Amino acid sequence: MSRLEILKTYKIYIGGKFPRTESGRYYVPEGKGGKPLGNICQSSRKDFRNAVVAARSALGGWATRAAFNRSQILYRIGEMLEGRSAQFEAELQQQGSSASAATKEVQAAIDLCIYYAGWCDKYQQVFSSVNPVSSSHFNFSIYEPVGVVAAIAPEKSSVAGLLGTVLPTIAGGNSCVVLASESKPLCAVTLAEVLATSDLPGGVVNLLTGNREELLPWMIGHMDVNSFVASDLTDEQVANAKAASISNLKRIVISKNDPAKEESPYPILATQEVKTTWHPIESSIAGGGKY
Amino acid sequence: MPKSRKITNDWPYAPAPEAAKIAKVAKRYDHFINGKWTAPKSGEYFKTTNPANNRKLSEVADGNEADVDAAVKAARAAYEGSWGKMSARERGKYVYRIARLMQERAREFAIIETLDGGKSIRESRDIDVPLAANHFFYNAGWADKLDYAFPNRKPKALGVAGQVIPWNFPLLMAAWKIAPALATGNTVVLKPAETTPLTALKLAEIIEDSGLPDGVVNIVTGAGETGAAVVNHPDVNKVAFTGSTAVGKLIQKSVAGSDKRVTLELGGKAANIILEDAAIDQAVEGIVNGIYFNQGHVCCAGSRLFVQESVFDEVMWKLKRRMETLIVGDPLDKNTDIGAINSREQLKTIQKHLKAGVEDGAEMFQPKCDLPSSGNWCPPTVFTNVAQSSRIAQEEIFGPVLAVQTFRTVPEAIEKANNTPYGLSAGVWCDKGARLFQLTGALDAGVVWGNTYNQFDPTSPFGGFKESGFGREGGLHGLAAYLEL
Repeated sequence: MSRLEILKTYKIYIGGKFPRTESGRYYVPEGKGGKPLGNICQSSRKDFRNAVVAARSALGGWATRAAFNRSQILYRIGEMLEGRSAQFEAELQQQGSSASAATKEVQAAIDLCIYYAGWCDKYQQVFSSVNPVSSSHFNFSIYEPVGVVAAIAPEKSSVAGLLGTVLPTIAGGNSCVVLASESKPLCAVTLAEVLATSDLPGGVVNLLTGNREELLPWMIGHMDVNSFVASDLTDEQVANAKAASISNLKRIVISKNDPAKEESPYPILATQEVKTTWHPIESSIAGGGKY
Repeated sequence: MPKSRKITNDWPYAPAPEAAKIAKVAKRYDHFINGKWTAPKSGEYFKTTNPANNRKLSEVADGNEADVDAAVKAARAAYEGSWGKMSARERGKYVYRIARLMQERAREFAIIETLDGGKSIRESRDIDVPLAANHFFYNAGWADKLDYAFPNRKPKALGVAGQVIPWNFPLLMAAWKIAPALATGNTVVLKPAETTPLTALKLAEIIEDSGLPDGVVNIVTGAGETGAAVVNHPDVNKVAFTGSTAVGKLIQKSVAGSDKRVTLELGGKAANIILEDAAIDQAVEGIVNGIYFNQGHVCCAGSRLFVQESVFDEVMWKLKRRMETLIVGDPLDKNTDIGAINSREQLKTIQKHLKAGVEDGAEMFQPKCDLPSSGNWCPPTVFTNVAQSSRIAQEEIFGPVLAVQTFRTVPEAIEKANNTPYGLSAGVWCDKGARLFQLTGALDAGVVWGNTYNQFDPTSPFGGFKESGFGREGGLHGLAAYLEL
C-alpha cells in the first residue's frame, strides 16, 4: 500500500514561535508548471506590529551579547543550513529553480552565513576609531546597532537574498522583522526552522510572508522601527518610503547591490550608529609623565 | 551647607571690551557666486542686526531661485572643470590655505561673530573661530588620503553639495560643511542663516584671497525660502542641513523622490546625569557649561539635568550659587559669560517656554542680574520639580533654560534619559569607571561626554541617533557623507 504524504503547513515566525497569521488570510503562489506552492500566510499589519514587539524585546539581549558569541551563532546558522541543504534545494526547485541553480543558491547562502559570522567581532575593530583630539581627553567612536530593523527580502532570491539582507543587520547586533519573497516564500518559512534551532534567541529575526505592497506602508510608518532595509523596490516605492520615513526619521537603507551576492562589511555599517565618547585625562604628572 | 548662597562681590570685574572697530563690516553684501560678488536678481536686500542692541550692522542680498540656480550652475561647472580635474593633493593645499588665512584674521572673525550673533567674545575667540580654522586644517590633509579611510573602496566625490546652516555657530557650521566637502572633491553652494550671515560672507573674502577656483564655493544669503531653493535644486547631489528637527523632516520629505544624498544634524534634548559619587564641584561646572554655553543656543545643550536624589540638595545649592556669579551682558566684554539671545523671535520662543514651565507646575529660579536696557536678553534659568511630561522636559527650547529631574537608581536614570525622540548627546558625571561606561553605553546618543560636556574637535565625529538626524560630521566618519563608496 502506498503511504500518504504529510503536507506541511507553512507558518510565519514571530518571537521564536510559529503562528499562522492572526488575520486568517492566505495566498497561493504558483511554483514550477503552475503548481500551487501551498496556503501561505498573508501577514497583516497586526502580525507586523506583533513582530516589532518581539524584535524590540529581543534587542537588548542581542545587542549586548558578546560579538564573539554572535559570531558563533551565525556560524551555527550556516551549520544547520548545511544539514538541511537538500530540503532547501527541493523547495527552490518547487519554486521554479533548476537543480543546478538550486544547489548553487543554497551553497551561496551557507557561505554567506560563514562570511558574516566572521565579521561579527571584526567590523568594530576595522571601522571604529580613537580620535586624536587637541584637548586632554580620551575620545573614541564605536559602532552601535541602530535598533529594530524592518527589511524586505529580494523577490528573486528566496534564501541567499533573504540571508544577505538579514545577516548584516543581526551581525551588527540589531533585531529585525523581514518580509520574505512574495512569490517564493517556501525557503523563508523553512529558514525560520533553521534559525529556531541555531541558538539564535527568539525575536532577533522575525519572518513574515505576505504582500509587499500591503505591508510596506506599515513597515515604514511604524514608530518603533529604527531602520528600513530593502534592495529591489521600485523608484516610486523608494520615494514613498523616504517621504514617509520622517515620522521618526527612520534610517532608509536601499542597497544598490544584490544582497544575495554582496560580501562586504559595508552593509553591516548601514544599520549602525556611530557613538563618540569623551572622557578627560588628567595631566597632573609634571613634565608629561613617562616620557 | 550654609544658608546663604551669596558670594560677596566686593571686587566686581571692570569692563574689558573688545574693540569693535577692528572688524571691517561693509554696508552691504552681495552673493558670492562663481568667484564674484553678485547682486541679487531681485535687487532686494535685508538687514542684519546686532542682537545686543538691535542696531543694524549691514544688509545682505536676499536670494531667490534664480540666484540659487546661478550658484548651482557655477558649482557644477567648477566640479566638471577646474576642481574635478585637480589632483587631490593640490585640492588639499587650497583647503590648508583657507585654514591659514582664517587663523591670520581670527580676531576680526571673532568680533564679527559676536556682533552679528550675540555670543560672548570669549566664546567666539576661544572656540568658534579656532575650531572653524581647525576643521579646514584637519580636513585638508584627508584630500589625498581618502583611499585609506574606507578599506577596499575607491571613494568618489558626489558632485554639488547644497548646504544650509543655522544661526547658533555661523562660522563654525560653515566650516563643518565646507571643509569636508572640498577635501572630498565636491563643490559647494552654502546658505547661511538669515540672522547671522556676516562671517560666512567674510569667509567668502578669504576664499577669494586663497585663489580657490571660481565656483568651487558659492554663498547665497536669504531666509528659509532661499534654503529650500538650495535643497530642492535638481542639480544638487548632496544636501547637508543643520537646524531644527521639523525643518529637517521637511527636507527629507522634499528630496525623497530624488537620488540626493542627505545628512541631517537636528535638534536635541540632552540628558546630563549626575550620580551621587560624582565630583560635585566639577559636575556643577559641567552643568553650567552644558546649558549656558552660547546662551543655550546649542543643539547638544545639556538641557535636562538628572540628579541622583541623595545629592540633589547639594547640587542645587551649588548650582544656584554658581549661577549668581554668571555675567550676563555686553557680548563684546571679555568677562561676559552669557551674551545676547540671537533674535527677538528666539527670545519670544524662550519666554513662551518659561511661561509653560511655570504653568506646568515647575519651580523657576533665575539669579539677580542687571540686564542691559536694549537688546535681547534672558537670564540663566533653572526649573526644579519638573514632570517628565512637562513641555520644558520634552521640547527643545534652544535657550539658557535647564529642567531638573531626579532619580534613585541607574536603570531609572537610563530610562528617563532615553525617553525622548531626540538622541544627539548626553553627559554622565560619575567617579566610578565601571558605572560610567554602563551609562555611556546605554544612552541613545551620538555623542556622550563622561565627566565633561560640550567638547568639540575636528577629529571627533558629531551627529545624532533617532530624531536628532543622521550622518556624522567631523573625523574620518564625517567624510563618508560626501563620498560615493
